[in-house]
Amino acid sequence: MRIALFATCIAETMFPQAPVATVRLLERLGHEVLFPPGQACCGQMHTNTGYLDQAVPVVRNHVAAFAPVLDGEWDAIVAPSGSCVGSVRHQQAMVADRVGDRGLARDAAAVAEHTYELSELLVDVLGLTDVGAHFPHRVTYHPTCHSLRMVHVGDRPLRLLRAVDGIDLVDLPEAESCCGFGGTFALKNAETSAAMVGEKVRNVISTGAEVLTAGDYSCLMNMGGRLSRHGTGVTVAHLAEILASTREAPWEPAFLPRSAQAVKP
Amino acid sequence: MPNVRPQPAHAPAHPLRWGEPFPEAAHETLANGQMRRNLAHATRTIRDKRLRVTAELPDWEALRDAGAAIKHQVMSELPALLVELERNVTARGGHVHWARDAEEANRIVTDLVRAKGADEVVKVKSMATQEIGLNEHLEAEGITATETDLAELIVQLAGDMPSHVLVPAIHRNREEIREIFAGRMADAPAGLTGEPRELAMAARAHLRAKFLTAKVAISGANLAVAETGTVAVFESEGNGRMCLTLPETLVTVMGIEKLVPTFRDVEVFAQLLPRSSTGERMNPYTTLWTGVTPGDGPQEFHLVLLDNGRTKALADEVGRQALHCIRCSACMNVCPVYEHTGGHAYGSVYPGPIGAILTPQLLGTGTKGSLPHHDATASLPFASSLCGACYEACPVKIDIPTALVHLRGRMVEAEQRRPLPTGWATAMRSAAAVMTSGSRFAVAARAAGLGRVAARGERIGRLPGPLAGWTSVRDVPAPPRQSFRQWWSQHESEER
Ligand code: SF4
Repeated sequence: MRIALFATCIAETMFPQAPVATVRLLERLGHEVLFPPGQACCGQMHTNTGYLDQAVPVVRNHVAAFAPVLDGEWDAIVAPSGSCVGSVRHQQAMVADRVGDRGLARDAAAVAEHTYELSELLVDVLGLTDVGAHFPHRVTYHPTCHSLRMVHVGDRPLRLLRAVDGIDLVDLPEAESCCGFGGTFALKNAETSAAMVGEKVRNVISTGAEVLTAGDYSCLMNMGGRLSRHGTGVTVAHLAEILASTREAPWEPAFLPRSAQAVKP
Repeated sequence: MPNVRPQPAHAPAHPLRWGEPFPEAAHETLANGQMRRNLAHATRTIRDKRLRVTAELPDWEALRDAGAAIKHQVMSELPALLVELERNVTARGGHVHWARDAEEANRIVTDLVRAKGADEVVKVKSMATQEIGLNEHLEAEGITATETDLAELIVQLAGDMPSHVLVPAIHRNREEIREIFAGRMADAPAGLTGEPRELAMAARAHLRAKFLTAKVAISGANLAVAETGTVAVFESEGNGRMCLTLPETLVTVMGIEKLVPTFRDVEVFAQLLPRSSTGERMNPYTTLWTGVTPGDGPQEFHLVLLDNGRTKALADEVGRQALHCIRCSACMNVCPVYEHTGGHAYGSVYPGPIGAILTPQLLGTGTKGSLPHHDATASLPFASSLCGACYEACPVKIDIPTALVHLRGRMVEAEQRRPLPTGWATAMRSAAAVMTSGSRFAVAARAAGLGRVAARGERIGRLPGPLAGWTSVRDVPAPPRQSFRQWWSQHESEER
């Protein structure tokens, strides 16, 4: 399949390991991956902060960058982020409608129909649960709010993880409660957000996992930042990084926790 | 008695607007460890119970759809349905009064109580009367109102503010309640312990005396049926049944949105409400009354229909779904923000996710002409991480996250009418400029890589400015050596 990658703005700039892993994984599975260079952001940050008018040109840019999917140039669009896929599906058309741009709303909805979150693409479109990954670590999985309640990925990520060779997958208590990120919520309501991430991290630590995984780097940045400050030794890795990891090309953590770094030569 | 300190310590000037913006109010409540433990325990218990009993019903999703559909119908036909309700209540011997705002509603109720020569009334727990500050108003007029719901009584005795729609004393534990009763309830038995049964019996004895002497009762309504003029109260303790049947006169204050078109519709809400709110299959007491019945129950019935900002909310296409709310409180019990901050942080009698969308609309915050930065309630739509748990739990499928985003848009629009842009406005404008072009974004991404200079090792520690709150408890990873785009162009050339 010809698959267009929507890297997402935060992963592109801060966590390239997620889109890189997505590319490596899909290419290993025999697919062709393309990167439409016109892309930047889905507009979620503006929309969720209340700057809905400013979101319109951002949405317009995204839709233009991915419009070739409508002419059959690509078979699908994939993003390593439930949150950005949720915004593409549930916010872009709304933002366009609000300013009366029906054409943009229609195109946005059409592009959204071809856009998949990584686990959806693997399980529903490519029909896979075992992607041939090898990851010999104790892992716990946090289902991010938007992948859970906006995109409804369900247990697809867990099915993919369970099929990984060598993995020791442990349940996260209170897994479905929010980690407290919420985009600018973490800045505007910093104290409340801190209380939420504090509780999330207590639950993560209680599992004894070495690696915390999720389908979204924004949430992983929040939880990982807290885990690192605590010096817990728990590392974060995107679902794509785990699935891309093989015996031949094992995963290398990009964001090392404090304690792990101390022992680095 | 430090535990009995009223919270907030100052009596609110306005029941819908207590004072501080959410982040400041949350600062105060987040510091209260005991309250947070009480809340976490209570919300978790109700949450689990609700999930168990809703899972039992094979048609739960269909019931939610039916509830949502009925509410949509009510909103689109509201004026006609209200007139129909008025006609049917009047035809069956009741009296209907229309109140534009809190002041009018309070005056109507006070005049009715006065006309009966009463200086004491018993009350059934009601959000509508809390919203208009009726108890305080009656007190100022020399009329004592006694709350007969156990949790509401605790809040009233403590001089406290409610922190939850259904369990207003959710932030209190048994020991605190024992102290409140022992210290503030004149007829509390000596040697009262914190045993739930003992506490309940003390309240029961205290209230029994009131039920038997009060001439006037005041209630709210869970719903009213336009077709028949029937009004309903759903409750757990039986105190409501006492108030609704014993006194000679009954005054019900009801928001104009709490209507259903036909009697048949009651079945939907009779299932949705108890399972969503207390996690019970059915609430122990459901009282329905239609006008007056000679020789049975109150012989005089007054229905006060309250607007108080509701028609303002109705005018907003997206925001109006807040009026679908049946006040079950499921959204607060699942909300992680509420769980940590408690209801007081929302600064209104309507806390939690529904409060965040209802309160600013009832007050008209963010509409043209208002200046939201002066208004604490403008902070409420931002008091959410948009995790969506509330939408998932709501029995009438109110899309609270979308309404929050919509209201954020209205607050920002009102902000932007100010002559000077705020820091946020400037940041959002420049971010938008970068994010509307792949090439501009590529440049910005490379520049972010230069931020590595600021980082020692692989992460960034404490930072000043807008990131202070973030970095006070979390590290920020240093930007990567290579942006994705840089990696991609290398990868692409290697492939060729
Ligand atoms: S918004 Fe929905 S969940 Fe919240 S109190 Fe109202 S009806 Fe219940």
